[in-house]
Amino acid sequence: MADHGPARGIRRWLYATNHKDIGTMYLVFSLIMFFVGGTMALVIRSELMSPGLQFVHPEFFNQMTTMHALIMVFGAVMPAFVGLANWMIPMMIGAPDMALPRMNNWSFWILPVAFSILMSTLLMPGGAPASGWTMYPPLVLQTGDAFPFLIFSIHLMGLSSIMGAINIIVTILNMRAPDMWLLKMPMFVWTWLITAYLLIAVMPVLAGAVTMLLTDQFFGTSFFLAAGGGDPVMFQHIFWFFGHPEVYIMILPAFGVVSEIIPTFSRKPLFGHDAMVYAASCIAFLSFIVWAHHMFTVGMPLSGQLFFMFATMLIAIPTGVKIFNWVGTMWRGAMTFETPMLFSLAFVFLFTIGGFSGVMLAMVPADIQYHDSYFVVAHFHYVLVPGSVFAIFAAVYYWLPKWTGHMYNETAGKLHFWASAIFVNLTFFPMHFLGLAGMPRRIPDYSTQFADFNAMATIGAIGFGVSQLIFLYVLLTAKKGAEATDRVWEAPRGLEWTVPSPAPYHTFETPPKARIATEAFE
Amino acid sequence: MDTETTQLSNRSLTVRLVLFATGMFAFGFLVLPPLYDVFCEITGFGGRTNTTAALAEESPDLSRTVRIEFVTTVNNFAPWQFEPAVDSMTVHPGQMYYAAFNATNLSAEDRTGQAVPSISPVSATEHFRKIECFCFSSQEFAANEQRALPLQFIVDPNLPEYVDTITLSYTYFESKHVTRR
Amino acid sequence: MIQKFMLSVLSLIWTSAASADFALNMPKGVTALSAETYDIHMLVLWWCTGIGAVVFGVMIVSLFKHRKSRGVQPADFSHSTIAEVIWTTIPVFILLFMAIPAAETMIKIEDSRDPDMSIVVTAYQWRWHYKYQDQDVEFYSSLALPSLKARVKSSGIDPFSVENYLLEVDHPLVVPRGAKVRLLLTSNDVVHSWWVPELAIKKDAIPGIINEVWFRAEESGIYRGQCAELCGKDHGYMPIVVEVLEADAYAAWIEAGTGSNK
Repeated sequence: MADHGPARGIRRWLYATNHKDIGTMYLVFSLIMFFVGGTMALVIRSELMSPGLQFVHPEFFNQMTTMHALIMVFGAVMPAFVGLANWMIPMMIGAPDMALPRMNNWSFWILPVAFSILMSTLLMPGGAPASGWTMYPPLVLQTGDAFPFLIFSIHLMGLSSIMGAINIIVTILNMRAPDMWLLKMPMFVWTWLITAYLLIAVMPVLAGAVTMLLTDQFFGTSFFLAAGGGDPVMFQHIFWFFGHPEVYIMILPAFGVVSEIIPTFSRKPLFGHDAMVYAASCIAFLSFIVWAHHMFTVGMPLSGQLFFMFATMLIAIPTGVKIFNWVGTMWRGAMTFETPMLFSLAFVFLFTIGGFSGVMLAMVPADIQYHDSYFVVAHFHYVLVPGSVFAIFAAVYYWLPKWTGHMYNETAGKLHFWASAIFVNLTFFPMHFLGLAGMPRRIPDYSTQFADFNAMATIGAIGFGVSQLIFLYVLLTAKKGAEATDRVWEAPRGLEWTVPSPAPYHTFETPPKARIATEAFE
Repeated sequence: MDTETTQLSNRSLTVRLVLFATGMFAFGFLVLPPLYDVFCEITGFGGRTNTTAALAEESPDLSRTVRIEFVTTVNNFAPWQFEPAVDSMTVHPGQMYYAAFNATNLSAEDRTGQAVPSISPVSATEHFRKIECFCFSSQEFAANEQRALPLQFIVDPNLPEYVDTITLSYTYFESKHVTRR
Repeated sequence: MIQKFMLSVLSLIWTSAASADFALNMPKGVTALSAETYDIHMLVLWWCTGIGAVVFGVMIVSLFKHRKSRGVQPADFSHSTIAEVIWTTIPVFILLFMAIPAAETMIKIEDSRDPDMSIVVTAYQWRWHYKYQDQDVEFYSSLALPSLKARVKSSGIDPFSVENYLLEVDHPLVVPRGAKVRLLLTSNDVVHSWWVPELAIKKDAIPGIINEVWFRAEESGIYRGQCAELCGKDHGYMPIVVEVLEADAYAAWIEAGTGSNK
């Protein structure tokens, strides 16, 4: 096979079929979306800095909360993990590229189109969607001109995710190096395999749900309209049947990343690799039977409440197993604390806190008080920000030298870490108290007893936002540091560390011996 | 695997996964709604009572009384007045009862309305049988017309003994499209 | 690392030491079931704190002892089936300890037999409507005028100068102390939710559907809540105020007929 280098100019990116280029595009896109969504968060937090309405009208505030969530979930977190998957999975399994490189190109390029459509709704009459990312009817049917564009952009995002997931499954199942049987695969690959199946199972259900909203609005159906014999609650069931696996889609790759990084910097193998695989699979399976814990106040009969409470509590078990295994990896290792390790350790601490509030939310009587309050906001931001987002940061710092061939600025990285870690707690920890004290979510103004913690959260949010500029600095100066070796770190495991840094445009054009992948370096 | 075998495997696995995705869309769009309805019907969850006439079988249980409360709501400021003739009744399970609801089209145009019933508590849903109900179909009203809308029902004697009050709520909707799924 | 851990622990301790004024923790409320709800909350909170202390404790010890800069050699063990079994089984029991009291409370919550009175609560965009069954009492309940004026964007009115800013209404829901009050919830338009923390009640109000919930307030007083389901632009501006009166004061309120403004 002739080795032509990358194409020149815009053609390289527009027509990209190389998994490294596509991975890069996903990551750049995700970073841009992270800043866009983050700006919206700052609009929200600015308004909530003190009681009284200072900056935006309530309608616009609701648009901000809705768009912030849609952008962060579908534009920042998910594409970032897909970008990491694209870059790393082929190298980790010794494959030359993804199984379906041309579909890979479409998977990516659909996203800027989808988000341009979504963002354009801000300028339409009636403004952007403002019914929450959960889009409950009948409220969502009061959306203005933006409504069909919302539905269309969600369809596009779903299509992108589904195609990406198909690509990942086919790559992992068909293109591994010989001798790399499934249980030998690195955890990042395993968690992505499971995540990809979840994606194919539930993104189409979301597509179905929003299509039903569309037909109710425009084509005379009554899926969710009581007047025509429909049921608004059915939407909630269908949405959360997608929605709950969706949050595991956002965290499982994070588990995979952390399971790569902690062993490297502990200089010790991952504790309980097989148990980790089974635990992740358990979590994925259980994620299908807990959806109604998002709906405990909807008027559910007792038997339903009991079932979903028990099932939800069950998920804590395999999740706990994973946390214990990470600690078991650290235990009696010889740790150093480079930036990827810092983010990974913070992940274990802070995701666990998010997990605890999750267990609390599972308890139905208590959930009656927590539901739709800031307690829930605190919970999911803990698992998503110091959870998923920190794992993404950790992964980027970990693999950046492999991508660029240079060591990033470690001092700046550590600064980014400490600033992010401190401010993320300042932002979201007070929200637990706000929820317990009775502050509902999705409100632009609040009673005066909530003022102090809201001010704290806003200061934290501003600090967190500014801290991300340090990350931007690290990325922009990524190639200025010392040249990186193949191995980059002292004792990483995995095939990606057997290729040069920066990784050549085409790697593993002939399959390697997988034996190398799982042996520790001396 | 050599390249050709890999590509064939890739294609066949891709096709299967595309079918899986399509199947899940079909599941979400075509299976879940009817499944939801069947589940609601079998379990009585969601408080949906029968929307077609039930059979009238009287076997009165005079040893027990149940209080039936009627609640009416007009949806979204539709121009109707809609009230029960009585707020509540005390009934014996197994015996047939009649209740009337008064509806008036308050506007100067002809309109069609549709009542949607809902029952609480959930455990009573399957045991509240409507023999004849104005909610089984929509009603056409001339401008300013007032009508008495009839309800004929039996509370099944199998009603769990811990239920002493049943609330039947009707929400009256302007019926723009009466498409029953 | 330590900072984060200490912050978490301290905050949790603050929670239980909070004064009623500062309202940091869930209120115990004024019903028997709100107290049980609070107990479930504290039960799971303390369990989580305890487990967190152990897990984070082990992590912190490890972070100090097992660092390369101390010259340690890394061990090479990579699994232990016994450990996996232990830390799978013990959490199951812990969860059972919590699930059983929770289930007991849930059963009591569902027991709506023998109510003393029923009130139909209809949610509107953006106010509440209350109709007392078997009485000629019904009225809308909307955000009170001082809050209404102050909430306007750049109103110039300091929210701190408004008493119970955003938590005051023109016509509160009035109920007698000690009565089992049954609420029947529905909506005129979109999904709303009726939430009063001190009664530990939160139930969705859905158009076309009737939902039922009950409470028995053991102490007279005024209890405030808010809509708890996003319902449009003024979702944050449709509070709930429940005034619990002694039986004779309640009878007088009904007599006075001030509650009839359709």
